[in-house]
Amino acid sequence: MVEINLPKNSVVKEGKVWPKPEGATRIQEFKIYRWDPDDDANPRYDTYYVDRDDCGPMVLDALLWIKDNVDSTLTLRRSCREGICGSCAMNINGFNMLACTHGIDDVEADKLGRVNVRPLPHMPVLKDLIPDLTNFFVQHAEIKPWLQTRSPDPEKERLQVPSDRAKLDGLYECILCASCSTSCPSYWWNGDRFLGPAALLQAYRWLIDSRDEETGSRLDDLNDSFKLYRCLTIMNCANTCPKGLNPAHAIAEIKKMMVAKEN
Amino acid sequence: MASQSNTYSINGRAYPVIDHTFDVVVVGAGGAGLRATVGCSQAGLNTACISKVFPTRSHTVAAQGGVAASLGNMGPDSWQWHMFDTVKGSDWLGDQDSIEYLVRHAPAAVYELEHWGVPFSRTEDGRIYQRPFGGMTTEFGKGPPAQRTCAAADRTGHAMLHTLYGQALKHDTQFFIEYFAIDLLMDDDGHCRGVIALELATGELHRFRSHMTILATGGYGRAYFSCTSAHTCTGDGNAMVLRAGLPLQDMEFVQFHPTGIYGSGCLITEGARGEGAYLTNSEGERFMERYAPSAKDLASRDVVSRSMTMEIRAGRGVGKKKDHIFLHIDHLDPAIIHERLPGISESAKIFAGVDVTKEPIPVLPTVHYNMGGIPTNYHGEVVTKKDGNPDAVVPGLMAIGEASCVSVHGANRLGSNSLIDLVVFGRAAGLRCAEILKPNAPHPKLDTKMDELALSRLDRFRYASGAHPTSHHRKEMQHVMQNNCAVFRTGEVLEEGKKLIHDVWKNSADIKVSDHSLIWNTDLMEAMELDNLMSQAVVTMECAAARTESRGAHAREDFAERDDMNWMKHSLAWVDGEKQTVKLDDRPVHNYTMTDEVEYVEPRARVY
Repeated sequence: MVEINLPKNSVVKEGKVWPKPEGATRIQEFKIYRWDPDDDANPRYDTYYVDRDDCGPMVLDALLWIKDNVDSTLTLRRSCREGICGSCAMNINGFNMLACTHGIDDVEADKLGRVNVRPLPHMPVLKDLIPDLTNFFVQHAEIKPWLQTRSPDPEKERLQVPSDRAKLDGLYECILCASCSTSCPSYWWNGDRFLGPAALLQAYRWLIDSRDEETGSRLDDLNDSFKLYRCLTIMNCANTCPKGLNPAHAIAEIKKMMVAKEN
Repeated sequence: MASQSNTYSINGRAYPVIDHTFDVVVVGAGGAGLRATVGCSQAGLNTACISKVFPTRSHTVAAQGGVAASLGNMGPDSWQWHMFDTVKGSDWLGDQDSIEYLVRHAPAAVYELEHWGVPFSRTEDGRIYQRPFGGMTTEFGKGPPAQRTCAAADRTGHAMLHTLYGQALKHDTQFFIEYFAIDLLMDDDGHCRGVIALELATGELHRFRSHMTILATGGYGRAYFSCTSAHTCTGDGNAMVLRAGLPLQDMEFVQFHPTGIYGSGCLITEGARGEGAYLTNSEGERFMERYAPSAKDLASRDVVSRSMTMEIRAGRGVGKKKDHIFLHIDHLDPAIIHERLPGISESAKIFAGVDVTKEPIPVLPTVHYNMGGIPTNYHGEVVTKKDGNPDAVVPGLMAIGEASCVSVHGANRLGSNSLIDLVVFGRAAGLRCAEILKPNAPHPKLDTKMDELALSRLDRFRYASGAHPTSHHRKEMQHVMQNNCAVFRTGEVLEEGKKLIHDVWKNSADIKVSDHSLIWNTDLMEAMELDNLMSQAVVTMECAAARTESRGAHAREDFAERDDMNWMKHSLAWVDGEKQTVKLDDRPVHNYTMTDEVEYVEPRARVY
């Protein structure tokens, strides 16, 4: 038998149940993952009750309502609140999404009618809902996310016809929220060596850019059994992307380019 | 570049501080901060970029419509026309030497972005697509609208920010990400020597010593209750400058964007109107035709926001409460919407439940941009009024982007002039650093009392044990600003606002922070951000009450006309944090151009 040793504090315990808002008639229960790096305690789920009539429609509104009115120690990243900065990606009832663009009403509540909020899965947690994304960003940098050219820059713009520009649609819109990579079982298992869907989507964004002149070396850099080929077409990435992008498709296209190059 | 730390004792608690030395430290990693960082790195200067959020989370990412430059891809254009429009847009409060610098360098800055990989939308022949935008005209306002705003669909800020981040990676930028800047290190001679910051992930404190500190910390939209600005737009650099005993400039000029989504305040780009969208009131009337007969829905933002407010006041608002306006895109070809306005179609769906191909979007003028900020010259150097010199350079300190007041936007910024401001003046700051700094020059010995001041501020908030949490005081401040310092202003409302905002400021000493840790303590961070917002809110109200004229975004019902005799000048405001008082003064508007290749645009009536 294989013996698996989980770290001592990997079990999430029941935490504090915070009081219900007084006088509220429309209440939503939230269970939220809490972990404080400053003590030795296990992570816990705290229970909060949100007054829906005093709160905006999105999950982020509820989290900030809790932070403002109930427990100011609740810790999360947030910035633009309109789905473009990528800060507030988290796991809500089992799905990775942006808290700011997901309506509380649209969350498929659990059997007890609760909304369960956890940090993005399989990443080290820094505190509460804040994952450590260092490795994710290092991998993004590794694909050289900038235009590489050999020919000298023209005086004006490099020309790119609309049909070539259209090839970037569905790729350049990525907001690096990490929802896709942290939903990918292959990335959970080999996240240190598999670049993951987000970085590979960006790799393809530069491979397919008609202005880029390093397609060959970009492909050579990716030609690795782990970096690229750990994609097992599970498709969680495409299902979870809050911007409606399809990293799995981009990865498949890279594989096709790789085959074409080798032949 | 980190060396061993000093440990300070503040109120009996030990605070170790890790020391770093750099030639340049850039605070902020939005469009301006990243462009300056790349420029300084290219010049061989040892450069750090510190940011409280990961670079691509900066609020530049939310800019939609485009970046203005007279490329002339869609028809005739010239930098002189762009200059005229910007001066007129600014209601003659812009400094024309700076405006000339901006518009002349704009085309090269856009080509540079393109060479770096920005996925601009394209014309049929493959050139950068440019769309019409408010206030952008040809023939010095006499010709048809100019198509000057270079666009990447309606995600131009996102495309630019991610590209600039890529360039910073390419240049091996030394990033310090998720570091929250606490205060500037100012020595007794008024020379800036660097900045102190808190590393959120570890709770460690860092002292960055530098020969040049460049503030690129953005605006302070969150002083208001309803704004398009991100939660992180708290003007931290502006507030650090006030605490350093330096003035902020033209803070009464707060831009309300005509089309924030009713309720959430999320932005719908002016590019929508550039592509043909229009506003209607409850009678279905395209009322902008009455207020701006020639530019109509593409008049400048202050004009459109005021017109919308007049319609609502006249009882012609839409919705149950008759308190907002409709923006129509539904007449446009769905293919055009899909190609050029996909982002706002998504936002309208999510935040207003509207299918833009079928229904109008409910919108309302919403706080969007701060024309005011840290006064600088067009090299990005911070200036102050000192011994009668209104252009005295503060050594060691620069400001760029929305944090700065160069001033190219004057009393009202034209849409798409902010993204170009970021890259042109980000580049200018880098060039100036290359000119005046020598790589790896030795650093003077620093007095530790500067560090102690910053640390005691941190410690004071960390253990603040008042009656109310940050959110309480923030709400109070935001409501006063929203109610008493909005689109239309009167002396009475502003005087009341002054009293109210000073009360809120005084009461905010009674703040309570519950999280006493140092690692990712967002409770503490929000308290310090509120403190930052508060001084800017107070200054905004005071400047608005003092300026007895109407100019650009500052519209006074009791002083309805522009008064060039008395008010063709920049407001300056200093804050005494101890006594909670504000001192006002002014500096002249630069009534000259940068070169003699263009003439000063004489003030005239501003009609669209």
